[in-house]
Amino acid sequence: MAPKSLFTQAAQDAAQFLSREAARRLTDRIISFSKADSIRVNITSGWTGNTRFAGGQVTTSGNTNDTSVTIQSTIGRRRASATTNVLDDESLRRTVDLAERLARLSPEDPELMPELGPQQYMPITNLFDSTAGLTPEQRVAAVNSLIGAGEAAWKGVNSPGSLFVAGFLDADAGATVVANNKGLFAYQPSSSVRLSNTARTPEGTGSGWASANARDWKRLDPLYLGRRAAQKAVQSRSPLAVEPGFYTVVLEPAAAAQLVGQVGGALNARAAEEGRNAFAMRGGGTRLGQKVFDERVTFYSDPADPEVLADPFDAEGFPASRAVWIENGVLKQLQYDRFWAQRKGVNATMGGGGRGRGGGGGGGGGSIRMRSGTKTLDQLIAETRRGILVTHFFYTNVLDPRSMLLTGLTRDGTFLIENGRVVRPVKNFRFNQSVMQMLNSIEEIGKSDPAQSASPAPPMRVSDFNFASVTDAV
Amino acid sequence: MSPNRRDFVKASATAAAVTALGPRILTAQPSRLIVAAPGEAYSEELAVEAINAARDAGAQYADARVGRYRRQTLNTRERQITGVSDAETYGIGVRTLVDGAWGFAATANVTKDGVVRCAREAVRLSRAAKRSQRKPVELAPVAPVKGTWITPIKKDPIDVPIEEKVALLFATNEAALKVPKIRFCTSGLQLLREVKTLATTEGTLITQTFVRSAASFDATASDAGITESFSEELPPRSEGWEYIESLNMPGNAAEWAQVAVEKLTAKSVDPGVWDLIIQPTNLWLTIHESIGHPTELDRAMGYEANFAGTSFINPPEKMIGKLKYGPEFMTVQGDRTQPFSVGLCAWDDEGVPADTWNIVEKGMFKDYQTTREQAAWIAPLTGVNRSHGCSYADSWDKVQFQRMPNISLMPNAQDVTLNDMISSTDRGIMIRNRGSWSIDHQRYNFSFSGQAYYEIKGGKVERMLKDVAYQASTPVFWNSMDLIGGKSSYWLGGSFSDGKGEPSQSNGVSHGCPPARFRKVDVINTARSV
Repeated sequence: MAPKSLFTQAAQDAAQFLSREAARRLTDRIISFSKADSIRVNITSGWTGNTRFAGGQVTTSGNTNDTSVTIQSTIGRRRASATTNVLDDESLRRTVDLAERLARLSPEDPELMPELGPQQYMPITNLFDSTAGLTPEQRVAAVNSLIGAGEAAWKGVNSPGSLFVAGFLDADAGATVVANNKGLFAYQPSSSVRLSNTARTPEGTGSGWASANARDWKRLDPLYLGRRAAQKAVQSRSPLAVEPGFYTVVLEPAAAAQLVGQVGGALNARAAEEGRNAFAMRGGGTRLGQKVFDERVTFYSDPADPEVLADPFDAEGFPASRAVWIENGVLKQLQYDRFWAQRKGVNATMGGGGRGRGGGGGGGGGSIRMRSGTKTLDQLIAETRRGILVTHFFYTNVLDPRSMLLTGLTRDGTFLIENGRVVRPVKNFRFNQSVMQMLNSIEEIGKSDPAQSASPAPPMRVSDFNFASVTDAV
Repeated sequence: MSPNRRDFVKASATAAAVTALGPRILTAQPSRLIVAAPGEAYSEELAVEAINAARDAGAQYADARVGRYRRQTLNTRERQITGVSDAETYGIGVRTLVDGAWGFAATANVTKDGVVRCAREAVRLSRAAKRSQRKPVELAPVAPVKGTWITPIKKDPIDVPIEEKVALLFATNEAALKVPKIRFCTSGLQLLREVKTLATTEGTLITQTFVRSAASFDATASDAGITESFSEELPPRSEGWEYIESLNMPGNAAEWAQVAVEKLTAKSVDPGVWDLIIQPTNLWLTIHESIGHPTELDRAMGYEANFAGTSFINPPEKMIGKLKYGPEFMTVQGDRTQPFSVGLCAWDDEGVPADTWNIVEKGMFKDYQTTREQAAWIAPLTGVNRSHGCSYADSWDKVQFQRMPNISLMPNAQDVTLNDMISSTDRGIMIRNRGSWSIDHQRYNFSFSGQAYYEIKGGKVERMLKDVAYQASTPVFWNSMDLIGGKSSYWLGGSFSDGKGEPSQSNGVSHGCPPARFRKVDVINTARSV
């Protein structure tokens, strides 16, 4: 006997994910099975379509449909969850039973917070038909045009062999749902799409990369991305090693984002108060109210910002809101989840139940952005006497969370700048660099590139960046 | 409806209270496992339905994987639970070749209509991919096979009562918290059961049940404004609850926590060039990153260029039999056959039988990791026409591709012990357990730290050090290896979560090795003032 389908065939053909009404019916049905004191239902329902390419051709591609339900049951102060994607009544009942059984067996959680009641959310338009309706044929056509643009750029160089282009186009459309038996019901449809590519020159000494993502497929330009990666590959051929050491660096937005992305994680109030992160004060307390970065550095959250792929609520259904975390270099507030906020007698700035699909992060944990300056990337380069231009980094990992000391490598286009001009490619470096120190060594913060949508950081120029060693990796 | 399917439904109804979301695996007798074969017949029927539909729609080759995955995790912190979850996912993925172009589609709608539509969608993707194709895919031959296989376990970890699991973790934390200066500790369990059915248009029809278990432990000590943590290395294994019991976490927790306390007064390392004795609990990850990844053939050929990166072991014709990876006593084996290893299976996700082969032999690079699509790319160089059986997908909704099998450094033929290595070292640092790691996209330049470090002076462990990371280039590092431990010092490390591919997939893998000594390696101090 086959499991019963949740939808009619026609409904499945029309929409590839749960509608608000269907989601409401499903969550009502699940909640009706519950015997627990409280129940929360989290649903992700959606479609993904991807096309991967290498050597100038599609290597793999796939379309996937799935709806997954996580049921969290609370009995007294005991709580547990169970997840399934089998959606007939029998399976859903079994999953509700399992969550309740696990909850009864779990010890009491002294930090348990009650489920939220009904909430108000910021209206955000995250779903675009251009993305939700992207067909396999359209994806292959976009990939072909990207590859063509890259190869054309290589032909202009008049060198033997052909450019090796590899990349990935990945789109999704779906709905995130949170509902509980205290009257909360949150539903957000969204789409997103990412296109990235790496171009490598045939003799193996040059590599370039370009990437963009957006909610709306129309905002991505495959020709631009193919051309840009190819140009970087051509320019980065036959790099020379320069001595490791402390350099002024110009970080493109992708590179900057990989480093300043650490700041969001360090805003956790509890970790700071317990002495475990960079905003902890040595000997106890936090650095709240202190100047922690250069006065030009501001970090904020705005769920309605179209450049940030944020959701209006987190997994608990806690509403996202606008917030300024670091203003003109001063740590203005930390992120308090609901439990820690109650314990400390402050307002919660995030739910605490983890992040929803798309990284909503309640108060903005997943959507933190660094404020832009006014100068373009080209201007940042033009004003550099001697420095290194970094396209992006690879394999960054934390060496010491207390100073946000990171290690990692440059990749796909690392260049020497002299007297305001990119003069030659250099071999990639390993860096060992504290983000705390870097954001205190800012020379200039640039303007976000409109072609690089959805980047959480602008380009920037910083001094005394520590390149520890050179690698032969291209 | 087959008898098996009917039995399952009946069993599930009566056993619903025993968390039987998926097929139940029953413990019958020690070292034997009886799987009730629930749902198998239904999965096989639908998988065959899917490949037939794909063929009808024009595919010259198709495979269908029905997967039912059950993952249970428990995490605790001091005297409280920070998470208990139990997740089930069920669906089918269909892969097709039309004129040598791949297509793939997956759906959770595991009904006859659902799988037929899914198969047609896969063919549509094949046809779309054909529009960009330059070189058609060719598959290495494999004999069709029919059969079933299950991980040999004694006690299904999913079926162990949750009370027992929580009690074990709380007893572990309690023992750690009794150690003076220990302020925080965490412990956890990750338990998996996966049932996979594969059908191919070449006649293969197999069902495998995988059971895997892992644990974690971490303690944080604090005194006089200094905080230090220690994580014990508790690797995942293809074993049941008996493995978790064998770790004796409550009995060992105090000893593990004590290491964090000792770190409080450890001397910060003098950066510079040091000889290193690396214990298997750290070295497994260095093997993974600097031997495992660069010997993936798809990486070497550029297929991962846009994400995980490429490989310095490229092009194959200049590397196979020519690249000196390390000293002559260095042999590195690839396999999916080692008992208890995470990579253990009977067949891979293309129905290729599990293999054992040398990747590095007598210090020379010999062969890559391959799938059916890749085997022919290097067959003239290696003389190997078969796939090494490295095809894997982490779920029904992802396409299978080349993933790392177990990659292990073989031990010394002589029985050299860790103590022998220490006593023959004049000045060095011994490194225990995995810390932070980072390696470049061609796998040359790497940085690894550990959890505990010990200064060796005049053949003896002198004192504890801290703030150590070693940074080196892969060929230089492995060629600086001058001594490895014997068979008795061989230990199997590993991870459940090795990421690769776009969309990213997670692969479980084991790496066995003895301790090894490396001469003149760069060591940095990670606590430099900023």
